[in-house]
Amino acid sequence: MSIDQSTAAKVAKLARIKVEDDALPALADEFNNILGFIEQLNEVDVEGVEPMTSVTPQRLKRRADEVTDGNQQDKVLANAPDAREGFFAVPKVVE
Amino acid sequence: MSDLNKLGLAEARDALRKGDTTSVELTEACLKAIDAADALNAFVHKTPEIAMERAKAADDRIKAGDAPSMCGLPIGIKDLFCTKGVPSQAASKILEGFKPEYESTVSQKLADAGSVMLGKLNMDEFAMGSSNETSVYGNAVSPWRRGNDDAQLTPGGSSGGSASAVAADLCLAATGTDTGGSIRQPAAFTGTVGIKPTYGRCSRWGIVAFASSLDQAGPMTKSVRDAAIMLEAMCGHDPKDSTSAELAVPDFEAMLTGDIRGKKIGIPKEYRMDGMPGEIEKLWSDGAEMLKAAGAEIVDISLPHTKYALPAYYVIAPAEASSNLARYDGVRYGRRATLEAGDGITEMYEKTRAEGFGHEVQRRVMVGTYVLSAGFYDAYYNRARRVRTLIKKDFEDAFAAGVDAILTPATPSAAFGLGEMTEADPVQMYLNDVFTVTVNLAGLPGVAVPAGLDSQGLPLGLQLIGKPWEEGDLLNTAYALENAAGFVAKPQQWW
Repeated sequence: MSIDQSTAAKVAKLARIKVEDDALPALADEFNNILGFIEQLNEVDVEGVEPMTSVTPQRLKRRADEVTDGNQQDKVLANAPDAREGFFAVPKVVE
Repeated sequence: MSDLNKLGLAEARDALRKGDTTSVELTEACLKAIDAADALNAFVHKTPEIAMERAKAADDRIKAGDAPSMCGLPIGIKDLFCTKGVPSQAASKILEGFKPEYESTVSQKLADAGSVMLGKLNMDEFAMGSSNETSVYGNAVSPWRRGNDDAQLTPGGSSGGSASAVAADLCLAATGTDTGGSIRQPAAFTGTVGIKPTYGRCSRWGIVAFASSLDQAGPMTKSVRDAAIMLEAMCGHDPKDSTSAELAVPDFEAMLTGDIRGKKIGIPKEYRMDGMPGEIEKLWSDGAEMLKAAGAEIVDISLPHTKYALPAYYVIAPAEASSNLARYDGVRYGRRATLEAGDGITEMYEKTRAEGFGHEVQRRVMVGTYVLSAGFYDAYYNRARRVRTLIKKDFEDAFAAGVDAILTPATPSAAFGLGEMTEADPVQMYLNDVFTVTVNLAGLPGVAVPAGLDSQGLPLGLQLIGKPWEEGDLLNTAYALENAAGFVAKPQQWW
């Protein structure tokens, strides 16, 4: 599997990281290098082996569906780069 | 008493209880050592006011006869832990200015145990790195040097600031976190002790997430006894982390008898890598001899899928990271890029993440995005999770055959120079974790113990791997190894 520049650009887009066009060839090379390393996994016979979902054999605990805290609007917004009138503010979303 | 900052946790605790010193004196000694060690770049946010306040409170508790286990003991906290009102930015530019409104469970438990926080410690950005060279704060520097050569060496990573600070006696102990070796590799590089407990022992709540199925917190200390004391304070069930184990926490320190007679120690043949330096090989066989002399039985074992642990890790960890780091979008916390007129929300995300994440973090997020993308999910991610099942089974088989612990080298080399790996491809850097990463994939406890010096005078460590939830037994074996190795070297102070 070889990653070309257009695939690298697509991955950057999916990851929401801006990559300038002139940086794409180097990025594609890095991906290919790492994926080449990962390709070794194809040597392993995984027929009939379950993919691991939890490393310890425990079920995730359930909890009661009830409100345990709240009324912390100020704290929730305290670290926002742009908070206005009790909301997170972002650039215009609607086209 | 002089040089109070050079004490370990157990010695300082005993001195405090006897009234030979006070927490204020201990804390002042550490704060002074920290201020004199800016060249190490280990402490990146100093909190002297919080430290002195907690030290005074601790002295009052000791006087009142109400001292919990770590009462008055000054420690450093890795920047990955959220600490209320104190910058916690995972060494990333994207969390610039972030001051949590809450405290991580582990750092809260340490505070409840009476410990004194001295400040936040340097690390690789989002714990992604093996040399502490990806930090927004700049490199942390090891107090160790190659003889009289003044080249700066790495303290390892990602918990590089923690390792440097403990080795240089800037604090009595520090917290670390370990996703692929980030406690054990820096401990080995700096002649300190570091244990990663069983997955689920320590709550992950309030620790900035890297790869949630692998991340565990643990102590980095000057001795195995100190590791036992601090680990006990950090462990325990937490309803806020659904993967936190509902198990009683034993008295780990009481389990340090040093008696390992009859224990079966496995030596995995797959860890004998091609091109392994002779010094590492000798250290390993010497370690096995020491455990044998202490009464343990040494047996050869096989962990056949070892070779595939690193490639599986470099699918699973980036995949989880790409998901965990999606939250850094410039909306809720941290830094937002300056936008141009007409930029919409997508430009805001893309610019914020491009300038907020460093190169290594961007690379891993994108690799993770790729292996999870439609069409590749089965070929990469699901295959890696299947291989992970096999790696865990290798260990289960060894334990089922009667092995109590497994002895391996902690790292494939001694510490390297800062900048020496810059030109190497990322995969070369990833090989640092070749002996440690299997343990995270299998969720097991692993401890690095300093065991010797190389020909250049740099520390080398051995790793012991234990059964799930058997940290007490593992620490006891580590204690026996520590006693036999008798490692006492300290770095010459140049900073």
